[in-house]
This record gives sequence, C-alpha cells and structure tokens, in this order.
Amino acid sequence: MTRRRMILGGSLIGGALIVGYTATHPMQVAGAILQGGGSDPEPSAFGPFVRIGSDGWVTVVNKQQEMGQGIHAGIAAMVAEELDADWDRVRVIEARNNFRAYGLQMTAGSNAIASNWDAMRNAGAAARAMFVAAAAHRWNVSSQSIEVRDGVVSHPGSNQSATFADLLEDASRQTPPQSPTLKQPKDYRLIGTDRVHRKDSLAKSTGAVIYTQDIQRPDMLVAMVAHSPRFGGTLARFDASDALKVKDVVDVFAIETGVAVVAKTTFAARRGRDALRIEWNDGEAEMRSTPELIEYYHQIAAGRGDLEPSDFGTKGENPGAPFDGDVVEFAFDFPYLAHAPMETLDCVAQVEGWNVSITSGAHLATLDQVMAAIAARTIPGKVDLEVVPAGGSFGRRGIMSSDYLVECVRIAKRIQGRPIKLIWSREDEMMSGYYRPMSHHRVWVQMGADAFPARWRVHSVCQALTPIGPNFQATEGITNSPYFSTASTVDGKIFSPSFPVVVGFWRSVGAAHTAFVMEHVIDQLARRADRDPAAYRRTLYEKAGDLRRIRVLDELCGKAGWGSPLEAGWARGLAIAEAFGTIVGQVAEVRLVDGRPIVRRVVAVVDCGIAVAPDQIAAQMEGGIGFGLSAALYGAMTLKDGIVQETNFDSHPVLRMNEMPAVETHIIKSTSRPTGMGEPGVPPIAPAVANAMLALTGSPTKSLPFLSGNALSNSDVSSQS
Amino acid sequence: MSYAISVNGQVHHVEDDGQTPLLWVLRDTLKLTGTKYGCGVAQCGACTVHVDGTPTRSCTLPLEVAASARITTIESIEGVEAQAIRGAWVARDVPQCGFCQSGQIMSAVALLRTLKTPTDRDIDVAMSGNICRCATYNRIRAAIHDAAAQLGTAR
Repeated sequence: MTRRRMILGGSLIGGALIVGYTATHPMQVAGAILQGGGSDPEPSAFGPFVRIGSDGWVTVVNKQQEMGQGIHAGIAAMVAEELDADWDRVRVIEARNNFRAYGLQMTAGSNAIASNWDAMRNAGAAARAMFVAAAAHRWNVSSQSIEVRDGVVSHPGSNQSATFADLLEDASRQTPPQSPTLKQPKDYRLIGTDRVHRKDSLAKSTGAVIYTQDIQRPDMLVAMVAHSPRFGGTLARFDASDALKVKDVVDVFAIETGVAVVAKTTFAARRGRDALRIEWNDGEAEMRSTPELIEYYHQIAAGRGDLEPSDFGTKGENPGAPFDGDVVEFAFDFPYLAHAPMETLDCVAQVEGWNVSITSGAHLATLDQVMAAIAARTIPGKVDLEVVPAGGSFGRRGIMSSDYLVECVRIAKRIQGRPIKLIWSREDEMMSGYYRPMSHHRVWVQMGADAFPARWRVHSVCQALTPIGPNFQATEGITNSPYFSTASTVDGKIFSPSFPVVVGFWRSVGAAHTAFVMEHVIDQLARRADRDPAAYRRTLYEKAGDLRRIRVLDELCGKAGWGSPLEAGWARGLAIAEAFGTIVGQVAEVRLVDGRPIVRRVVAVVDCGIAVAPDQIAAQMEGGIGFGLSAALYGAMTLKDGIVQETNFDSHPVLRMNEMPAVETHIIKSTSRPTGMGEPGVPPIAPAVANAMLALTGSPTKSLPFLSGNALSNSDVSSQS
Repeated sequence: MSYAISVNGQVHHVEDDGQTPLLWVLRDTLKLTGTKYGCGVAQCGACTVHVDGTPTRSCTLPLEVAASARITTIESIEGVEAQAIRGAWVARDVPQCGFCQSGQIMSAVALLRTLKTPTDRDIDVAMSGNICRCATYNRIRAAIHDAAAQLGTAR
C-alpha cells in the first residue's frame, strides 16, 4: 500500500475523497509505462476504487465488466460493508480500462467477486479508518470509542455525530492505514443479506442503459462486414459497384476478415452489404460437414489417427495396461455451441494517427487494449478503452483474439478521424465460431468386487481453447474427479485436433461438457450396481475426503426430497459439479412427453464460500440453469460442407418462458473466501435431466442436444402443462 | 421519401426508404435506443414497441406501414400498468444483462392492459416471443404477478 492522501477538485462542492491503494507490482510498473493514456479522472498512485462526494454519496469504481452477472452489487457491498456506508447512497460506476490505476482488467473464470474480495474490503475499511481518525481528532476522543453506521460517524459517549459529508475535508487529510482491520463475517450487516440489490435494475427497466449498440457520436459512421461463410476462407475478389449505389453507403473496402461496408446508418450498411458480390477462396477453408467431423473424432479416440495425445489426471502404476474382468464402456458426443448473447457483437472505435479510442462491452479489457494497439500499429498506452455494460456475453466477448474489436479498429484506422460503430448481425454472430468446442469422450471403467470403480480410462477429443500450452480446459472437471477415489489407476488422454473452426470460452468452459460425462457415467454405474445414485456418490466423496461435496449432496437430497415419491410419469435426476472453485448440485424433476423432456422444477444447492450477494447468487443459478437447459435441449451448431446451418433464432431455438423450470436455490453457509457464481450454475443441469430420463426409461443419453431433427422447433406453448 | 410518423406522442418527419424497418428509424434517426436489435427476423422480441397499443416487433415493420400508426417505445411507456411493471421489475431485480428487458416490459405492459390477472399460461402465451438469454424468465413471471396484484389492490 502506498500512503497517499488527496482531495480532488478546487472545492468540496465538486470534490470527492478518493481512497484506494496500489501495489508496486512489476506488472503495474510496466503498465504505467504502457498506459500513458487512460482518461480516468485520476490515474494516480491510488487505485481509485472508492469516491465519497460532498453530498455523502459513495461511488464504487468497478474495474470488472458487468455483462449481467450482477457483480457490481457484490463489489459495492464489499466496500459498503467495511466502510459502514448507507447502502441506499452507494452507486457503482464502470472503470475505464486503465492498467496503471487498476491492474489487469479481465472479467473471466467467474473471478470478479473472488479476485476483488481483498482489494475492495481494504479500500472500504481504509476509508472508514480515515473518517474515524478525523472524528476522533475533531471531538478529541479516542478512535476506539467511535462508531460508524450507515454513513454516520458517532461518539456515543459525548453524544456527537457527523456524516461522511461533514467529515470529508478532515478525513481527506488523514493517512489511510496500510493494513486496515477487516470485519469478521459474523459482524456483517450487509454482506450475505437480501439488502444487497442490483444498482442497475431501474436503468435497465427504462431503456436508459447505454450499451455499445446504442452509442451515438457526432459524425459517426456504421460499419458491417461480409465474412467468409466458411471458417478459414479468404477473400478472393469482390464487386462493390451495387453496394456503393445504396443510399447512405459511404465506403466499401477489403479488410483482413472480409469486406467492410461503411454507411451513415445501420440499415444502409446492411443493404450495402447485401448488394456486394463476393468470391471467396476456400483453398484453406474447412469444407467438412458435422457427421464427418464426428466420425473423425471417433477415429481419433480409437487411436486410428496420427494425433499424439497428452496425459491428464493419470494415476497409479501402469495406467495404460489393458483392463480385464467387469469393464463398462461409455461414449459421448457433444456439439459446438454458440453463445448468442442478446446484444450481438459490436464496438465503437476512432483512430487518428497513433491515437485509438474505443467504447465496447469488453470483458478482457487489458487484452483487448493490447490487441487493438497491435491492429492499429500503435502502443497500448495510446489506446483508450471505455468499458460499457454488455448485453450478455457468456464468453463470446472474452476471446483471446478480440476478433470483433480488432475488426472495428481496422475499419476505423482506414477511415481515420471519424467514430465507427461496427454492428454484427445475429447471423454474423452465430456463424462466427469461437464456439464451445464439440467433443467426443470415451470412458472405460473396470469395476471392483465392491461395485465401485477399480480403474478408469478416459480418452477425450476436443480442440484446444488456447493457442499454446496443454489443453487443460477440455478436461477440467474430469481431471481430479472425486469419482477416481476408489480407483487404483486412471488413464486420461486428451487428443487436440486442430482445424479452421475457431473455438472459445463458453460459460463454464470445460465443465460444460465434462460434468455431463462424469455425472451421467456415475449414475449409470450406480444403477448397474443397484445402488441409489446419491448414496453411491456419497461413498465416493467420502473415499475422496471431499467434505464440500458431501455437504452439498446432503443438503440437496434434503431440500429436493430425494427418495420421496413423485406423481406417475415424473422422475428426479441429480448431478453435482465444480466449476471455478464453486460446487453446485442440482436435482431436476422431469417427465417425458413424446420423448421430449419437460423440466418443471430444479432444486439447487451451492457452496460458493461466503455469499456476498445471496439474491444475485440465486439469479445466476436461475440464469445458469436456463442457459444450460437451453443448450441441452436445442444447442448445436452444425456444419454442412463447412457452412454453419444455424444462423438465427428461427433455425437455432433457445429456451423460452414456457420452458423455464421453477428454480429453488439454497446456499451453504460458509466462512471461506467467496468463489464465483457467473458460470457454475450451468454444468449440472444437463446431466441432472439426463439422469432423470435414465430413471424414467432406463436408456442413457449418448449425445446432446436431447432434441434434434424434427423435434428441434420450440415446443408449442400449449404442450406445456 | 418523407414520412410523418407518430412516436411517443410527437410527429416526426422522416426522410427514408419506406421499406426501412421501424427499428432503425427509431434507433438511428430518432436516437431512441431503448428499443434493441437482437435478431432482425421477429424471433427474439428485443425490438418490441407498441403500435396502436399492440406489442409489435419493430425490426420487421416497414416505415411506410408504421407511419399510419401511433408508436410508443420504452422511453415513454406510461400509465398505471407501466408503473406497476417497472416497480415490480426493480423490486425483484429482474434484469441481468438487461438487453432484452425493454422488449420484455413492452410485452408485459400490453398483457396487463388486456388481462388484469393473468395466469401462468396467459403469461407464457404473451411472453414467449421475448427471448432472454440470461434466463430471467422466472423473475419476469413473478414480477408480472406482483404488478397485477398491486394494480388489483389499487383499484
């Protein structure tokens, strides 16, 4: 912590007390050199996380990106709790991208609450200590005798009190403590209560929130880009003569990713693009269809390819030795999945010489800044990135290549001096890839005499999510599974084929398919052994010493009424999975109508450490279940001769109101550090539904989605009970 | 061509092709950006506005057709139903990313204007044209019931 004190502005009317701290981390020193720009109010040695105005309002600066997950509420609650602020007078603003002020700004891996837990509490506690010291000095009493509550500082002994606003100037002269004392969880008055509401609900109910799509600037032009319909295809030639005849089309030119049409309005850009005649070069393009890719994966898993696998989660002596005795075999196929956030990809950028300014719902802002600099051939310090809320992302805006943002910068660089708003159509978004990778998993289990696994073999085929390093995300959730606890050997192999279809992070990443593998296999093993699936799991967790899963399982069985009878035709299915340190268990109540699963209720239990914002944890559970169920029922991006067949919500159904199950969320009481909630609600739902279907029919699920072909269209509202 | 179009109680004279979808007239010409583009093919409901009081997907409604009607957008939807809906939305923290919520609210207000106490099935029928990828559906349903109950008490 750096000792600093300052007051902004010439007077207290426009002034604000800024409290924060910064570490002298080598990365941040490097950042200070790179980040000459950064137009935050005061990129000082403080990371300005907390501002207190002369009106008594507390403004929390959120360096993470809000894409719906409600993290702003939790982050603000951490500050407000330690500051003892009046929650009703706390607001949150989004930080611009500023490495020097805030360090890395990457909102990913459900880490926003976990990674800000120390910094934001310390900022709040340091500010509180400054108010306490100011009051103690003013009233000539000891600091220990002072209390703070709801933004009011008081000394009960002498019956004196003052608001933050009253004390602002004096407090600003105090030195923030280097290691402020933090509260014990038992003393929390705000954290963990239903008082922690979102701060953006009203603005999001009036149309007032400005997303990237809504940005208006004087002189702004709108761009759309015609992309190759095939992954890996490149532009051969194009004829823009008709496009340029469209009213309000300003310019048409080739860029690295296709042909850009720049116009005065969005619809003119769209019409101009429709009028282009383009020839693509498919020499390097992916030309296969989905059935061929599935067959290719099967061949790889069978060891008939030339792809060298790498090991994961191997255990014991000679894990590759042949299995004998009672061996059970499983195989799964999972499709590519699109993110389809409600706001398609978009970005606003202006380039003037070396200077780049960008507005975007960027959740890997630091990376986006560097990628933009490379695209504009400037240095990151010349890139100013204003971060605005995103209309969803689910990982699509968080990809390593920053594709859409870089595309916008390239167009803006060509146009020079005018703001460019790049808008992708829904079709552009759905056909653009960066999908949750398709995967194939083969599992062999050699059973022991006790009907528990004695040896495991898992061979997976999945494209890598990162260009370098081991393909660990593809098997997270299998690696170190507690279900390996009774086994003497585990033979894990991951094959990582590489071809032009681009893949990326999709909400819950590896667990989005690996949870299905492990949870559906374990149910089948339990049923084969004539054991209750919950009891069977519990034995494996006990053997693994996995106390957190045991607690989640026990709570889940209790809350879901596991084992109690249901009406005829209904069954329960259970699944438990970990993602990013959070454990979620779900029980789904399912019936089948013409082979179609109807899910009426999901009971969920979560262990995410200290629950900072319980109602937002519940919201993410509901959202995760809806998102995961949508993918399980319908999700599949398929290729025909290399061209994506699902291009909009008509050919790619998603979950609608009438298909959403009731959701009950129960949070395990914990005093451990918080873990994340944006993603972990997703993985268990698909295997929970599959396990219920298994209970109903005895037939396992071998591939997703549950519905394909003729059953693919959304269920008619009338088919819902 | 020039069209006189009534939006939120004001008449605007718009120079544009009659085939231009109302959505883009609202967003790009009139700068009313509360109404969102989500799919362009009337499948997601993010662009829902009221056309003579009826919830309508503005992304497929040509300007030349819209010009003869009274258009209301999220920016100026008013009245007891709208107030009750907004209050319920905030009390339940319905929105997550929020991008679809303008459309959701326009559909919900229209529902409450037609049916004072909608059942779950009524809500399914009225709201299934509005996609929410954050899956805030349960809170939307609960908030509609809350708003209906509040209006019932007020009457």
